[in-house]
Amino acid sequence: MPAGLLGIEELSRAGIEAILARAKDFQPMQSQTVKKLDTLRGKMIVNLFYEASTRTRTSFEIAAKRLGADAVSITASGSSVSKGESLVDTLNTLAAMRPDAIVMRHWASGAPHFLARHLPTPIINAGDGTHEHPTQALLDARTILDRASHLEGLRVAIIGDIAHSRVARSNVFLLSKFGARIVLCGPASLLPVELAQLAPGVELTTDIREAIRDADVIMMLRVQLERQHEASFPASEYFRFYGLRLEHLDLAKPDAIVMHPGPINRGRELSSEVADFQRSVILNQVENGIAVRMAVLEKVIG
Amino acid sequence: MSIVIKNGRVIDPASQTDRVADVLIVDGLVAGVAPNLSSPHAEVFDATGMIVAPGFIDMHVHLREPGFEHAETIESGSRAAAAGGFTSVCSMPNTKPVNDSVTVTSYIVERARRNAVVNVFPIGAITKGSAGEELSAIGGMKEAGAVAISDDGLPVMNARVMRRAMEFARSYGLPIIQHCEDLNLSAGGDMHEGAASVRWGLRGIPSAAEDVMVARDLLLAQLTGARYHVAHISTRNAVAMVEYARRKGLAVSCEATPHHFALSDSDMAAYDSSYKMKPPLRSVDDREAVTEGLVAGTVSAIATDHAPHAGSEKMQEFERCPFGIIGLETALALALEHLVHTGKLTLTRLVELFTVGPESVLRLGRGTLGTGAPGDVTIFSTDLSWTYDVNQSFSRSRNSPFDGRTFRGGPVATVVGGKLVWRRDGA
Repeated sequence: MPAGLLGIEELSRAGIEAILARAKDFQPMQSQTVKKLDTLRGKMIVNLFYEASTRTRTSFEIAAKRLGADAVSITASGSSVSKGESLVDTLNTLAAMRPDAIVMRHWASGAPHFLARHLPTPIINAGDGTHEHPTQALLDARTILDRASHLEGLRVAIIGDIAHSRVARSNVFLLSKFGARIVLCGPASLLPVELAQLAPGVELTTDIREAIRDADVIMMLRVQLERQHEASFPASEYFRFYGLRLEHLDLAKPDAIVMHPGPINRGRELSSEVADFQRSVILNQVENGIAVRMAVLEKVIG
Repeated sequence: MSIVIKNGRVIDPASQTDRVADVLIVDGLVAGVAPNLSSPHAEVFDATGMIVAPGFIDMHVHLREPGFEHAETIESGSRAAAAGGFTSVCSMPNTKPVNDSVTVTSYIVERARRNAVVNVFPIGAITKGSAGEELSAIGGMKEAGAVAISDDGLPVMNARVMRRAMEFARSYGLPIIQHCEDLNLSAGGDMHEGAASVRWGLRGIPSAAEDVMVARDLLLAQLTGARYHVAHISTRNAVAMVEYARRKGLAVSCEATPHHFALSDSDMAAYDSSYKMKPPLRSVDDREAVTEGLVAGTVSAIATDHAPHAGSEKMQEFERCPFGIIGLETALALALEHLVHTGKLTLTRLVELFTVGPESVLRLGRGTLGTGAPGDVTIFSTDLSWTYDVNQSFSRSRNSPFDGRTFRGGPVATVVGGKLVWRRDGA
């Protein structure tokens, strides 16, 4: 199997630390006037997105360009995909054009893992179904570590539609490897009990107050209406019981930060006041996304 | 067709035989089981050191003809059956068109007569088009050769329709075979709902999807007095409920597939569609319950649910791949490995599960080496070492999780109606 990045679960702690350290090197660049390196000059990266995405696709494109690589983005609609070509055939065609890596987002869990068994080109998973979103977890860790010296012992609450969240799974795998304590919280229909077996140090609760109590980090998840295949909860009640409001923050540690992978739905999973709260680091996450993806691209291709 | 099978250990549970003897078949029928038999025109097969058993019956296969001949035909499926030691197979009705009429049943019988190397017995659909609404031509299909009815793969969700189907099946003396899955509970699921599905972000099929329908059907079987058989049982609760119903004296039975006693969801390779089937590979506890059911006799038959799919159909995103794996050629070897070599079952009990068990449900007049019975014989070894290469399969499809596996013991030769239809290379 070629060396890509399929998920956090397979990564070692040292491997993650190396990416995070390298991402830190790239951080100052983001605010310089000249933002371009030539580390990956002459390299070609294909972004293949089978699902709508603005921030992740743009972030990968910018990361590639800041490293001097060429990047081509393909979306599923308006390509051969909509003409009925199978995933394997599409990828074989792209691989024949000899890109140095394929960044892929797909609606099916495991689609990049399946392809990695059949393709010579390294694949970077930019989110697969309800499975993993490894670069999101890496940028979240980078963002936490910009404010805390280490992850070990931190209490991290992840709140929302855990069942359908690839962000939650990748974060659980990453945080657990570093000894953080993770509390997953959501309505029981979106919180299968087997989540407790994902990794060591995971506990579950259906009570948002219990989740937030003494938390160092509060990670809110988007309510993924497009992944709700049935009425898993009464939507009209969601914000009342699982939306994050300012008063909840009194329960957390005084310096707790609020995170969200975006795009945010003000008034659905968090109140507008929380989104604009001084310890909300949502835009820092976006900025770190580029630095982390530069580190990942450099590791995979460089 | 005449053949004498010499010096094998003859195990025929139906006649309580277990001794070294010759089996003589004359003109397609068993003429005798005794030492030193011979017949002037009979072919001779030396079975020294091997087990000689009544021909195995697989009561649950998909031969895909008519309609899906790119995945399997009656001929290719029957060759795979022969190579697995099966002399009789029952073909499920989810063909295209669905086998819900005398025409399709007769077509399958005729195609099998011309092309199959083993006996093929069609199973008719319970409802027209297996749509779950209107009963199909059950009596006519029986006259044309159907040996049971089932809407396999598309379980009858409407309890009232199922009740009526059971009543009709009972009038015609046919067993009714149900693939137990509450389609509302399983909707969208791609594997067993458990730790692995949650880890991989795949939607789950809870064990309860099977249990709920088994419970309903057992109550309906009690109401109607029908002979009722649970296909590919896979959960602890379902096994317990069938056991309870049998103790109450209901005419109910169930089968298990080799993959459900050999594998659990913890054996799956992530996102590998060779492990995708319905019911899904369940938890370790469910797998153990199925094995316990085989040992206790609650599960009275081993059936493969041989389900060929063309390679391109299985080379997709996991959730897009169709359900099902092929299994005819690996069934006996898996049963030996998991049930006999582990000391859980005697060879006699194993042979029962492939012969007397399905025979008692289907009433084909087979599954024994008694004098005058059809001359179907399965010859196998308990210690032959061999490796399964799916690319050498007689099936037209390659969807097996057991490719490359080395087994101890397996089929050596297969005799149908006194004719040697398959023998292992070098045997």
